[in-house]
Order: sequence, then structure tokens, then C-alpha cells
Amino acid sequence: MFKPLTDIASNHIDILIDGETHHVPPDVSVAAALLMSSPRVRTTALSGRPRGPFCMMGVCFDCLVSIDDMPNQRSCMIKVKQGMCIETRCSLVTMDTDFD
Amino acid sequence: MTKHYELAVIGAGPAGMAAATVAARHGVRVLLLDEQPGPGGQIYRSVNRSPHLSSNILGRDYLRGARLVHELESMRVDYIPDASVWNIDRDRHLSVLMAGRNAQFTADKLIICDGAQERPMPIPGWELPGVMTAGAGQILLKSDAMVPRGGVVLAGTGPLLALLVTQYVRAGIVVTGILDTTPTGNLMRGLRYLPQSLLACEYFFKALQLQHTIRRAGIPVFKDVSSIEAIGQERIESVKFRSSAGHHEIQTELLLLHHGVIPQIHAALAAECDLKWNAAQLCWHVDADRWGRTSITGVFAAGDNRAIGGARVAESQGCISGLKAAHELGHLTSRQFNLAAAPLRLSLTRHLAIRPLIDTLFRPSIDHLLPPDHTIVCRCEEVCAGAIRQIARQGGQGPNQLKAFSRCGMGPCQGRQCGATVGALIADAQGREIDQVGYYRVRPPLKPVTLGQVGSVS
Repeated sequence: MFKPLTDIASNHIDILIDGETHHVPPDVSVAAALLMSSPRVRTTALSGRPRGPFCMMGVCFDCLVSIDDMPNQRSCMIKVKQGMCIETRCSLVTMDTDFD
Repeated sequence: MTKHYELAVIGAGPAGMAAATVAARHGVRVLLLDEQPGPGGQIYRSVNRSPHLSSNILGRDYLRGARLVHELESMRVDYIPDASVWNIDRDRHLSVLMAGRNAQFTADKLIICDGAQERPMPIPGWELPGVMTAGAGQILLKSDAMVPRGGVVLAGTGPLLALLVTQYVRAGIVVTGILDTTPTGNLMRGLRYLPQSLLACEYFFKALQLQHTIRRAGIPVFKDVSSIEAIGQERIESVKFRSSAGHHEIQTELLLLHHGVIPQIHAALAAECDLKWNAAQLCWHVDADRWGRTSITGVFAAGDNRAIGGARVAESQGCISGLKAAHELGHLTSRQFNLAAAPLRLSLTRHLAIRPLIDTLFRPSIDHLLPPDHTIVCRCEEVCAGAIRQIARQGGQGPNQLKAFSRCGMGPCQGRQCGATVGALIADAQGREIDQVGYYRVRPPLKPVTLGQVGSVS
């Protein structure tokens, strides 16, 4: 949905999004990198409806993903790093624990 | 381990950078905390490292930030980026998350400069992927040098909207349409502020330039727009709306919304500072005197959290509050303080002169904060406008009772995306004024932290 202003063929890093390698510009936010392929980054815990980055400044908490095994990270506030491992499928842990 | 400073400044935008720089110049030991990886705030975001962006796209004003960053870097200030302040108390004790660990600071004086956020613009479907804020579009441009791949539709009102369109046009991006929601009466109402606005005439030239660029690009502009709705299942596919010319539907994969910006007040609320309702700007802001002193002793506010004034006002207010703090800490005599503050007060007056005109011209209709019942208002807890209206009609006393009944405002964003809407909905349902309805109480943590992080000490 978004694209870099300049050609990144000669200047990019590789990150893993849900196990797949993606070429992205160095020094961009994780949310920006995710927006290069899809506006959808998670589903909500309540209704299971799709969500994506909204404010890009750390206010809305809609762009939460798991980054290098740390769940619920604001992807707009964290820069990409070579080899970074991002999981979009399971964010905002649901209450599935049995309290009986 | 708690580290003590004479002055702590929260936020490294124009106000925070100026406050920290001025205070340090007078010998104050300053801590500057900011949530972003680099200084600049939102307005001068990534200003010291936007290698692939020329001022041709972003405009010349953006480069003013580079000077502020340069001055800050030449001072002895303990500047900590990537630092999330998650609690502040009235004794100026700060709990801060830094690199996943918890740190504690105290300070004799505290200046809160956390700026502004975009006003929520709740329309049906605004939670769909592909619907974002205009500010988000600008951040992607400034920080990430990224632009929409296909077409983009922008909707709302406010100077930022015109600025972003201009920046996209300069970058060669196709803007499919502008949905202008500016109420038609605003222009007439604004005319009486015209004479005093001439004090800051550079804003006019800028506005005319922006309008000229938009016209020359031949972008379809729809006037008097209402009833905007984002349509789609997994993501936005089209946007429906009504304009003065009738009903429309435009296909788009990206819709950027903007209804101006409102003060960020959560940090000041945590410190128990008093707020004030601003009817002209339709928002709550931190109540402060001319030096930026809030209702809490030793706690100052500077910049957009004290009503929206823009970057130059924020810079002047930051300087003034930084000076006042240095004065109260005994680093300046009263004479030195008065001499240094006078030109700053003058500059402040000049840049504030344009505000009544801007506030009036771009004041969104309150109707936009009163969306149809099926519209999600609280994005985190997925509470719709209908549910809020129902509780309000049953006598729900205000935002805090409503929060307890519906979970509205209880999610990770802590009401930042629903607070303004909830206040307007309750006021409308109960026939009260928004300032009587009040705002959410804010409790720590200001930003979510894990128990493990609270327990860790850096």
C-alpha cells in the first residue's frame, strides 16, 4: 500500500514477516515495513476483525505485533533491523486461560 | 536507583528542545526524555536524518527544526531517546521505560512538552486497515520516505491536510480526491480576525502557495462533505460520502483522515495538573500561566499541550518556561530573566496572532464527533456510539462512569482515541456542555508496561 520514494534495490535489509523474507529500506519503522505489503497487521482479541497501523506515532496501539518474540510491540515506534523476526498473526493475547 | 536532576523535560519537539537548551545554557542540570528514536517531535520528525528527503518535498519550515536540534546537541543535556514515561506524580517523580527496563528519576522542576495528537475523526469503518490519519501519512513521508503506492483520498479539514496534499503532489503521488469537511460558515466567521492576523503574514503566503499547488495539480475537491463512510471487509475498498453536489462513492485502498490536532493531556493529568476547556479549538488543554506554570507547584507545560499554537509558538513557550525554571532554580536574577524573556514574549504574541483565524477557519463541525450508532468510538475495546448514547441517556454521569459500564477508554490507548468523542456524545445525549461533562481520569501506567518491566531496574 505504501512504497519507498527511492529505489531500494541496492540499499535494503532483510526482515522476516511471518516466516517470509522481505526486502525493506534500512532505518524505517516496522509498521512502515509492514505497510509495504499489506495494511493489515493483526486481528482484534474481541471481535477478530482486521486492524492495521493508524496513527504511526504511538498513540493508537492498533499496530501491535510480535517482534523478536516480544508480543504486543508498537510497530510504529520500533525501527527495522537486519534479520528481525516479526509475527503479525498473534498479537494482543486473548484471555483463554481457565480460571476454575 | 533514583537519579535526581534540577530540571526534567518530557518531549523533544520544538518546545522541549528549546526548554532544555535554554535551561542548560544557564547552567541547569537537565534531563530530556523522549519517546522517539531522535529529536524533533512530530513536526520536525527525523529532521537530523532524512537523507533521502529534500526540502523540495517537505518545505523549508521543516529545516528550522535542524537548527533546534543542532543547538540542543551543543548543550550539556542528558537526552534520552526511546524513553516512555509511564508514570508522573505531583512530586515530579518519573517512572520511565528505557530499552525494556524501568528507570526512576526525580527533578526539582518538570516541563511537560508532549505536544499534540490528531483529533479522532470517528466515521463508520475508520477501524478498517487502509484508513489512517493524515498525520500518519506525513510521518511515513518524513521518517520513512514512503508514499502511497496507488491513489489516496484525503478527508477532513485543517492546515495539515493541505500541506500533506502539497507534499504528495511534489513527490508525484496521485491524489484521487479531497473531501473537504470545512463548515461553509467558517470563512465568514473568520473574517473579523483577519486584521490582527496580518501580524504574522508569512502564514498567508504559505496558505496561498498550498492552495495554488492543489489547484494546479487538478485534484478533485469535494466541498461541504458529510456522512463519510469507509466501506470494505478485510480492508477499505471505497469511501462513500455526501457533498454539496450529492452522494458519491470513490474506490480507494487508502483513506487519510484529519480534523486538526488536539493537545496531549495524559502526562499532565497524571501529574494532577488542572485542565481547561477551549471552546474555539474544541479541546481540553493544560491550564498554565504566561510562564507555563501549571496548577501543580514545580510543574510547567509548554507547547501544543497548552492549546494548539504550532511549532513557532511551542518554541517560544519552551524558551520562556526553560528560562523561568532556571530563574526559579536560582541560575538567573530577576533582572536577567526579565531581559531574556521580553523578546520571547514578543515573538510569542506575533505567532499567536494568527491562531484565532486558523482556529475559526478550520474548526470542524461538532457533528463529526457525533457519529451514527454503529460507528466504533473506542477502537481498543470496540465500543460503538450507540452503546455510549444508551448509557448517557440512562443517566451515566460522565466519561469515568461510562468507562466502568462499557470498558470504553479502558484499552491500551487509554482513551486517547475516544476521549474527545465520548465527551461530545455524552454532552449531546444529555443536553449539557462538554466542559461540564469532563474528561477521563488518568491513572498509571500512561503507556502499557509489563509487570516484569516494572520489576526490572536499569
